[in-house]
Amino acid sequence: MQIARVIGTVVATRKHLKFEGAKLLLVQPVSLDDTPRGTPLLAVDSVGAGVHETVLIVLEGRAAGEALGRKGAPVDAAVIGIIDQVDVQE
Amino acid sequence: MQLAKVIGDVVITRKDEHLAGITLLVLQPIAADGTNAGRTLVAVDAMGAGVGETVFFVRGKEASFPFYPTEVPTDAGIVGIVDHWDLG
Repeated sequence: MQIARVIGTVVATRKHLKFEGAKLLLVQPVSLDDTPRGTPLLAVDSVGAGVHETVLIVLEGRAAGEALGRKGAPVDAAVIGIIDQVDVQE
Repeated sequence: MQLAKVIGDVVITRKDEHLAGITLLVLQPIAADGTNAGRTLVAVDAMGAGVGETVFFVRGKEASFPFYPTEVPTDAGIVGIVDHWDLG
């Protein structure tokens, strides 16, 4: 799983049936020092995250589908938690 | 599977219900010579590992298998704590 920051929301009227009612967020993966890492991506939200929040994202199809509570959903990323704190000792 | 060093932990209150009670740790994958190799990641812990320990972890949906029948939404999980490793 990766740490990411929510940078936006995505609205799409025409989308696959399995996305019905799902919230789509634009998230930017970040490093442990909070710098952006890689390209922003779309993730379904199952915990009610908002813009600017730091979240934990899962990057795997079936796990993301489960987070959404739907089997066979055509998704590959999901927000599964809102991070309070990361402690790193190195 | 891959070797990694546990370098931190993640505190998370609002989360997917299937993550309740599960420890989340920050991992730095390492190469066979012990040097950092690749991006840090967050993994679920099935073994009771702690910060500073060397572990091995699995990527993919399989990372949730130790928690079966709970369907934990994860893509990486610690499945072993390494005592030591030797290169032939």
